[in-house]
Amino acid sequence: MDTSIKKTEFTSVGTPPNSIKSILSTGTRPTQANAFSASVTFGWRALLKIKHVPEQLFDATAFPIMFTLMFTYLLGGAIAGSTGEYLQFLLPGIMAQTVVMITVYTGVAVNNDIRKGVFDRFRSLPIWQPSVLVGALLGDAARYTLASGIVISLGMILGFRPEGGAPGVLMAVLLLLVFSFSLSWIWTAIGFIARSQESLFFLSFVVLFPLTFASNIFVDPQTMPSWLEAFVEVNPVTFLVMAMRGLMHGAPEVEGIGITLAISAGLVAVFGPLTMYLFRRKK
Amino acid sequence: MNRMENLNPAIEISGLTRYFGDVRAVDGIDLTVERGGVYGILGPNGAGKTTLIRMLATLLQPSAGTAKVFGHDIVSEARTIRKLVSLTGQFASVDEDLTGRENLVLLGRLFGFSARQAKIRAGDLLNGFGLIDASRRQVKTYSGGMRRKLDIAASLVVRPELIFLDEPTTGLDPRSRNQVWDIVRALVSEGTTVLLTTQYLDEADQLAGSIAVIDHGKVIAEGTPAELKRSVGTSILRIHLKNKDQKVKAKEVVALMVNSDFTEDTDPFRISIHVEDADEASHVISALVNASVEVSGFSLGQPSLDEVFLALTGQPVKTESGEDE
Ligand SMILES: Nc1ncnc2c1ncn2[C@@H]1O[C@H](COP(=O)(O)OP(=O)(O)O)[C@@H](O)[C@H]1O
Ligand SMILES: [Mg+2]
Repeated sequence: MDTSIKKTEFTSVGTPPNSIKSILSTGTRPTQANAFSASVTFGWRALLKIKHVPEQLFDATAFPIMFTLMFTYLLGGAIAGSTGEYLQFLLPGIMAQTVVMITVYTGVAVNNDIRKGVFDRFRSLPIWQPSVLVGALLGDAARYTLASGIVISLGMILGFRPEGGAPGVLMAVLLLLVFSFSLSWIWTAIGFIARSQESLFFLSFVVLFPLTFASNIFVDPQTMPSWLEAFVEVNPVTFLVMAMRGLMHGAPEVEGIGITLAISAGLVAVFGPLTMYLFRRKK
Repeated sequence: MNRMENLNPAIEISGLTRYFGDVRAVDGIDLTVERGGVYGILGPNGAGKTTLIRMLATLLQPSAGTAKVFGHDIVSEARTIRKLVSLTGQFASVDEDLTGRENLVLLGRLFGFSARQAKIRAGDLLNGFGLIDASRRQVKTYSGGMRRKLDIAASLVVRPELIFLDEPTTGLDPRSRNQVWDIVRALVSEGTTVLLTTQYLDEADQLAGSIAVIDHGKVIAEGTPAELKRSVGTSILRIHLKNKDQKVKAKEVVALMVNSDFTEDTDPFRISIHVEDADEASHVISALVNASVEVSGFSLGQPSLDEVFLALTGQPVKTESGEDE
């Protein structure tokens, strides 16, 4: 029998391996990460997750591509007379819908972390605790920007020509980010209490489908029956899309922008503290 | 750590209680854990081990009572405690989507290391724990033992003064279990205090200097492993008979020699009894042979958790399938 094997077997029962001892004795304690760098680190984690689980971007890209092509070519002629013209009308709304739909992943990520115990580890660290959430939202901002970029590129290939030029498009994307960022807080709050990922997705379906379809994204609300029009007229997504269209086509609508910002502020004011409450409440 | 703190025990728990609705998960626990060494919390599933540890690690607030870690209150000084302790939970709390290396770099950054320092530290830990070959793979591809090692490594990115290990070897194969034991011993030899929960008396005996046995959220016994085993009977002798018709006769012979009760044994070919030591065991065996009871084999082992419970509470362990979140 090989004696060296015997020897390692002995150490495994008796004295602890020196490699581990030396790790422990050299472990220096750095000065603590501040709130900013902790948040950025969590943002980096979110980006790593996009890299390792690119499927989460699939939703963000497949749907808008499908919707844009389907609505433009299938219905564009009927609705707006020509596909080219319809695309000018549709694209800002499709971009809004895409990003609004993927806000639910913020909650899904939080929910996963809680169920898998990862959250416990982060909560037991001596860091500014909300940086976990801020970092996640930073990661979301990256996802939203990526998704917006994909939609706009597709649009340009198909013939979308924003009259507002690059500045108009950028402003529209910025407004969309603000709105989606605010909307994310709802999902984070629900992510804390949802029993499973499935229930979260179901809830998002129930909330986000009416919000995005019963809006001015696909058709002019004036063509709708009056009861539906009444809903569409107060739907936050309607204001968002109104504002984005204005910005992209070089005719900013102060009303749409103002109301969108006000709704965003309202969402943060309500769901921000609620989320923080749920976060601090030790289950 | 300043000198004042050095005077305090690692953990002082007084009347600590936690309810979940009607369930008293932890029901008025008093304990003191001195610095250095391993303190074992032994108890069956549902005894309240995880709840206790989560309160001490500042993840859960007590319903009543107080606890201090190195003299700091777990409620009002939670943040100070978080600088001194690490928790390795019952279920691996590493990010499965990330690689092993990314997990450790992430924690290093959160502890305040620069990007470069965090990478070096992650590399050292991966080497030390024998995970370097798997370091660039996503954690979801790891085996249970590898995950557990990574999870412990994640608790050592910065050396803690006190580490909580919640059932660190449950579900591991014997080889991985031995590796985890080695890690625990290395931690102790470097001066870290370890609070470990387990369902195995054997494990507590191997590692811990003191043990508290808990059941239904209460401490039902406390002491060194030797004291605990003495209260139960040092060892358990199991004798396998060739012929089950001789069980009654064998019991008669053994009862004359040993001053303790038989433990329940449903196997018709086997009798089990507590003996003081190996000497007494050998006397019992030879007495059986002299009485011409045919023995096909025997073993001398430590009492199982069930037997400890039976001895301490007079009741067998009631395990609960309900798990924590
Ligand atoms: N979050 C929770 N909600 C409700 N009951 C819980 C929760 N966590 C634990 N319990 C209950 O508390 C008791 C103790 O559980 P636990 O501390 O997990 O025990 P152990 O870790 O010893 O197995 C069990 O009855 C368990 O069902
Ligand atoms: Mg447990």
